[in-house]
Amino acid sequence: MKGMTLIVKKTTQLLAGLIFLYGIYVVIHGHLTPGGGFAGGVLIAGSFILLILANGSDFMKLTKEETGSTLYENLAILVAVFLALSGLLFGAKTFFLNWLPKGTLGEIVSAGMIPLYNIFIGIEVAASILSIFLALVIFKEETSE
Amino acid sequence: MEITLSIITGLMILGALYAIHAKDLLSAVIACGIVGYGLVICFLLLKAPDLAIVQIVVETISLIIMVAVVLDSSRQELFSKPDIQGYVSSITAILLIVVLFYFFKISIETLDAFGQGTLRMATHYIEGATDKTGSANLVTGVIFDFRGYDTLGEATVLITAVLGVLTILRIKGKK
Amino acid sequence: MIPYLLCFILFLTGLYGVITRRNLVKIAISLSIMEFSIFLLFALIGYVEGGVAPIVDPADPVKTYVDPLPQAMVLTAIVIGLATTAMLMAVIIRIYRKYGTFDIREIKNLRG
Repeated sequence: MKGMTLIVKKTTQLLAGLIFLYGIYVVIHGHLTPGGGFAGGVLIAGSFILLILANGSDFMKLTKEETGSTLYENLAILVAVFLALSGLLFGAKTFFLNWLPKGTLGEIVSAGMIPLYNIFIGIEVAASILSIFLALVIFKEETSE
Repeated sequence: MEITLSIITGLMILGALYAIHAKDLLSAVIACGIVGYGLVICFLLLKAPDLAIVQIVVETISLIIMVAVVLDSSRQELFSKPDIQGYVSSITAILLIVVLFYFFKISIETLDAFGQGTLRMATHYIEGATDKTGSANLVTGVIFDFRGYDTLGEATVLITAVLGVLTILRIKGKK
Repeated sequence: MIPYLLCFILFLTGLYGVITRRNLVKIAISLSIMEFSIFLLFALIGYVEGGVAPIVDPADPVKTYVDPLPQAMVLTAIVIGLATTAMLMAVIIRIYRKYGTFDIREIKNLRG
């Protein structure tokens, strides 16, 4: 599909990096301010979607194949499940235990394993939304060969 | 507070009624956005900032997908002549609506008044949350520590949805 | 009581759309409207008069917070609603490619 006019391209060139940075901020500060893994993940995917829509799929050289976004999604959820399984080794030996030290309230490095869960769930949600968008909007038909 | 919420919900109902009866499919999809973005304002009034952030970004993605589906096809809804089957389904719908509304009105008498609900379950979550989980955001503490299985299930649902979309559209991988 | 009743009227509007419409995209839109009304109902139940948002500030502790449990449930439900809508749109794209129409009565009449 074709891209958009020059004004839209230049504006997204300026904005996409800011949206990506704001998405990372919302994910990392998930245990201090409103937000968390899900909102930040969809914001990160939104910055990529903005770039693809503004420049067109011909320019970004997206051929009719599966891109690497599903690889990131599967790796992130695998690491999250391993983090949950690691509760079986430490502390009270239960699944999904919050075994890192809690720290003081209000710091970034606090609340045990909750920031780690936020980061990996954020990566997984971002890759999922990007895969759904690519499959429904860009690669619409089946490859008929 | 109640008056503001009632006015915004009334506008959402008007938007939903227009979305159902619109002749052009693109107008119907954009009118679905009225309901979604009005919900963001309702969440902000009900003191839930987490939900407002998630709803506004998810509604934008959902609108993008629906507009892409509608623009790729014919945009008109051509059939509007009423026939026997249309009348039967309309009467069934109205009967169902009246019965459900009557039962809902009866069952709402057992709820407390708006805003005076007793936090029977939540007092246990709020009191020990900052000591047991260590996070300042109570909703994140509830999601990832007290109710972690729900989050794991939700991640699984997202992955299954991606798998389903890729299978239905038969997108082949690299050769 | 008035916000609860208006929220249920929104649900009934979506239900009316699912039963009486013949276009597939309109059915998907009405399903989405029904989901939104349920999110509103959950957020309404968890509201406490005079409470603040459930973020603990270490400087000044507050007595009453809004209930965080329905908010956690709605957070999960919003993302699941997006997944359901995406899969429904994938099925609608396939039906349009094969039959060329969005009308459910003509699709029912064509066999194979």
